[in-house]
Amino acid sequence: MSAPLLEVDRVTRVYSSGGLLTRRRVVAVDGVDLRLDEGRPEIVTVIGESGSGKTTLARMILNMVSPSAGAIRFRGTDLSAVRGTAARLAFMRQVQPIFQNPFEAFNPMKRVDRYLFATARHMAGLAAPADIEAAADRALRDVGLSLAEVRRRYPHELSGGQLQRVAIARALVSRPALLVADEPVSMIDASLRASIVNLLRGLCVRTGVSIIYITHDLATAYSVSDRILIMRLGKVVESGPARTVLDDPQHEYSRLLKSSVLSPEVPSNGAFFHA
Amino acid sequence: MSAPVLEVSGLRAYYRTSAFGTRREVRAVDDVDLRIEAGEIYGLAGESSCGKTTLIKTIANAIQPPLEVLAGSVVFNFRDQRIDMHGASREELRDIRWKRLSYIMQGSMNVLNPVRRVRHAFVDFAFRHIGRSKAEFLDIVRAHLRRLHLEPDVLDAYPHQLSGGMRQRVTIALATVCRPEFIIADEPTTALDVVVQKGVLAMIHSVQREMGSSVIFVTHDMAVHANLTDRLGIMYGGRLVEEGRTADVFRRPRHPYTAHLIASLPRLGDAAPKEGLTGAPPNLADPPPGCRFHPRCPLASDICRREVPPMTERAPGHRAACFHSDQVSPP
Ligand SMILES: Nc1ncnc2c1ncn2[C@@H]1O[C@H](COP(=O)(O)OP(=O)(O)OP(=O)(O)O)[C@@H](O)[C@H]1O
Ligand SMILES: Nc1ncnc2c1ncn2[C@@H]1O[C@H](COP(=O)(O)OP(=O)(O)OP(=O)(O)O)[C@@H](O)[C@H]1O
Ligand code: SF4
Ligand SMILES: [Mg+2]
Ligand SMILES: [Mg+2]
Repeated sequence: MSAPLLEVDRVTRVYSSGGLLTRRRVVAVDGVDLRLDEGRPEIVTVIGESGSGKTTLARMILNMVSPSAGAIRFRGTDLSAVRGTAARLAFMRQVQPIFQNPFEAFNPMKRVDRYLFATARHMAGLAAPADIEAAADRALRDVGLSLAEVRRRYPHELSGGQLQRVAIARALVSRPALLVADEPVSMIDASLRASIVNLLRGLCVRTGVSIIYITHDLATAYSVSDRILIMRLGKVVESGPARTVLDDPQHEYSRLLKSSVLSPEVPSNGAFFHA
Repeated sequence: MSAPVLEVSGLRAYYRTSAFGTRREVRAVDDVDLRIEAGEIYGLAGESSCGKTTLIKTIANAIQPPLEVLAGSVVFNFRDQRIDMHGASREELRDIRWKRLSYIMQGSMNVLNPVRRVRHAFVDFAFRHIGRSKAEFLDIVRAHLRRLHLEPDVLDAYPHQLSGGMRQRVTIALATVCRPEFIIADEPTTALDVVVQKGVLAMIHSVQREMGSSVIFVTHDMAVHANLTDRLGIMYGGRLVEEGRTADVFRRPRHPYTAHLIASLPRLGDAAPKEGLTGAPPNLADPPPGCRFHPRCPLASDICRREVPPMTERAPGHRAACFHSDQVSPP
């Protein structure tokens, strides 16, 4: 058996809000288990109800939020032991986020190449300008761009799809072992969505990075992922190989989810909601 | 025949900046004409960064530098009020907001103040329009939230305490609780799971049918267009390139970009990854001459590289801007 890369071990996260809200106690994530192995790169999709804890789970794996109960270990180290600047940096090199909205992830006043250079300097520990540029260029080439194309450009000078690819490139500069992508293609049109999802698949195969892919899009989950977890109210209600689960979902909620997918065809009796 | 609720004519809006002595002009909206009738749901789709948000910002008069309107007009014919959006005063615009015209912006955080509880947003924007006692007003709001599958206690939460999809539904609730005559929504359901999305679309649809409101619904999700909208406009590179009844656009696209878009739609159970469009989206600071789609178009010929194709009617109520529209093959 190979060594674990990531172990999410019966993890729970409770939010209780103070003030007028003392009555409001939310179990955002409730006893979730997940294991990814070293040397077996895969794409694991997390899908589920809005408010079911997907983002909270992602933030715990990124060590941005700590579990209320249970433990998360990355390459054997409990994330609660990752403290201090050096240890945090070493962790961030290996586990990188991609956020939902590329326009929010970049400061509009800052040139996008600066982000790549800063990451190369701080995350990859490079100092010589030539090495920094080479690392940025290599990461951009992994996503079908090049440094020549994005040099000196501001975020608004790039399209949404290009900007999201730059965000993915930035996440790749430090050669991480795990990417945590929270709805990376929600705001992107179907055509670009296809190219980005294909890109993630290609990266997983070529560079061996594992990817946790959070989405509401069952169709791309089906075509791109190896495994799927379906969440509802903080719990994983069903999991397994993506196609097996989506071809024949067992849990009641998974079935509801599948049957609620709107087809991209105009219903013959007029639009669905016009019935 | 009564006048359309919304008339957009010859609209042109660019982002104009000058840095280090060089002027840049991003031609995000160019020569757009469209009309929306009372009670109609009009869908708007197109490539990322093609100008959809800029177009509806210009329609809603949410215009901020460096965005400038260079030409054209936007006129709303509300039931008892005609308003020229670019000539109206601040007061006039404030009075119609939420009550007659509501605008759900892309990225739902914009309208919610991060340091105030959600309840305040409803009180600030909707209370005076509904004209009931505070207690009755809050009952109406709670009932409305339930229709969107939200527990009324979200009113007591701060925005950051809600998930992305919960925040998105709060803004939809804000925009619909006053039952406005015209609703403009920019990607309002992208952060929702498919079950909740279906409920939210049904709610928007029923508010719209009860009130006879008109809606502009911007989304990348073509399945939503197929199931919700009456008519569909397709933008490419800052221009409206096709428009028609939604069923007609899906069954018989008249522009090569639309044909590609419809062919690229993923279907559940389809394991083969779909191909993205080859080539890069047009640089709107220096768009290609002639038809902006020509560098990526399989049907491009000489005239396409020289002249801008005009929007012309190809079938009743179905317009497209393409010189070789008759060669576009049905999907
Ligand atoms: N900082 C916080 N304080 C209080 N409650 C929170 C906080 N963050 C999240 N929650 C609550 O935790 C639950 C799960 O939220 P989370 O953002 O993880 O959901 P999600 O599955 O990502 O949803 P979506 O699909 O809508 O993005 C929600 O009920 C939310 O209100
Ligand atoms: N403040 C700005 N300054 C300069 N250019 C801008 C600015 N805001 C947007 N743009 C540019 O205007 C063009 C149209 O952007 P817009 O946001 O309208 O596209 P969109 O169709 O809504 O895209 P998406 O589908 O990603 O939401 C893009 O090329 C964008 O980069
Ligand atoms: S006008 Fe020419 S280039 Fe433009 S879409 Fe039509 S065929 Fe293609
Ligand atoms: Mg989320
Ligand atoms: Mg937009």
